[in-house]
Amino acid sequence: MNAVLETRGLGKRYRRRWALSDCTLSIPAGHVVGLVGPNGAGKTTLLHLAVGLLAPTAGTIEVLGGRPAAGQAQLARVGFLAQDSPVYAGLSVADHLKLGARLNPDWDAGLARGRVDRLDLDPGQKAGTLSGGQRAQLALTLAIAKRPELLVLDEPVASLDPLARREFLQDLMGAVVEQELSVVLSSHLVADLERVCDYLIVLVASRVRVAGPVDELLATHHLLTGPCRDPGTLPAGQQVISASHTDVQTTLLVRTSSPVVDPAWTVSEVGLEDLVLAYMSQATGRRRRDNHLEVQK
Amino acid sequence: MEAWHGDRAVIEFHLDGRSGVAPYLQLIHQVRQALRLGLLSEGDQLPTVKDVAAGLAINPNTVLKAYRELEYEGLAAARPGIGTFVTATLGGASLAAHGPLRRELQRWLAKARRAGLDDESIEALFLSTFRSAAEEDIA
Repeated sequence: MNAVLETRGLGKRYRRRWALSDCTLSIPAGHVVGLVGPNGAGKTTLLHLAVGLLAPTAGTIEVLGGRPAAGQAQLARVGFLAQDSPVYAGLSVADHLKLGARLNPDWDAGLARGRVDRLDLDPGQKAGTLSGGQRAQLALTLAIAKRPELLVLDEPVASLDPLARREFLQDLMGAVVEQELSVVLSSHLVADLERVCDYLIVLVASRVRVAGPVDELLATHHLLTGPCRDPGTLPAGQQVISASHTDVQTTLLVRTSSPVVDPAWTVSEVGLEDLVLAYMSQATGRRRRDNHLEVQK
Repeated sequence: MEAWHGDRAVIEFHLDGRSGVAPYLQLIHQVRQALRLGLLSEGDQLPTVKDVAAGLAINPNTVLKAYRELEYEGLAAARPGIGTFVTATLGGASLAAHGPLRRELQRWLAKARRAGLDDESIEALFLSTFRSAAEEDIA
């Protein structure tokens, strides 16, 4: 049982609307997994199912081999940072650490204190008066110091300025090495994901469009440009993800596990950002510029 | 993010996010470059995976991949529990010639600037001369 997250036919319905449907994933341990998709795609729903804040309407989900939030032991193995890093505004930084120590059986007080010192947080300061970056770092401190095996982060850097974002991700990567953490984090900032993630899930309109190790995704997707051509005439095994045509030229993003040999095509590599955008526009049928995906560099 | 040589930091990695070159290749390139320039030599320790991952905010597996590739090329070796160390030198005997060559190049650069060339023109001139010289060597 080596998977951090294993789902089969997982679905969640709110009244009549399916927020997540037919989600089947098997993610091995030791990865930093990026969950990407436009707003409202179902990212938060999937993460809340993983930490047990929601119960599935359909299918099954196992996290580290157990049912999410099934008991004390399971809760201790999973750290969760909700969107916008909620902290208790009226409690001080030191109070937060005390609370963490009381609530978590494997609490690492030395690690928590060390981080607070290094981040230069004033233990007496009320959390409500911290900057966005400091609040995110305090919340990350609590999530890391409980010594989880899996850390689940919902849009951890979306509201941070570029410097705070970089510092947060630096600390996260340090913790990944030091504590051999697996991480699942959602974001719509593809540039950040590109650096830190080695596994990607693209979720659009409540469905998983593609999932896999980043290396493998990049190696099996190619951008083909050549004279105008009907994508229907491609060899079997070349799956068209996105296509655009001018009067004289066709540009295709295809997924294939074998090399493209047709000399009519100029074959180039695809970046992660283009790959993500192609799946998003495929799923929504919208043009790229209309997507809610923010591309910040 | 620094490798220590005595108490002197010898290399520090950096990443160009816009270059389109995969991050692990950028790390490999920087180690090779440091070896060629004599900034790193046999026995030097490379920065630890944790230091690079935390310093650059990149996935640790990216660093591991770069170090494994360097091992495969015979340029580095991992000592379990300690770190990764340089096991070869590049450039070798020619390193001694770097100093005088660099000084000549500096004089040439000063001359080019006095003649009114900007950075881009200097780079273009150097590269085109370099390429045509390489072609003559082949021919």
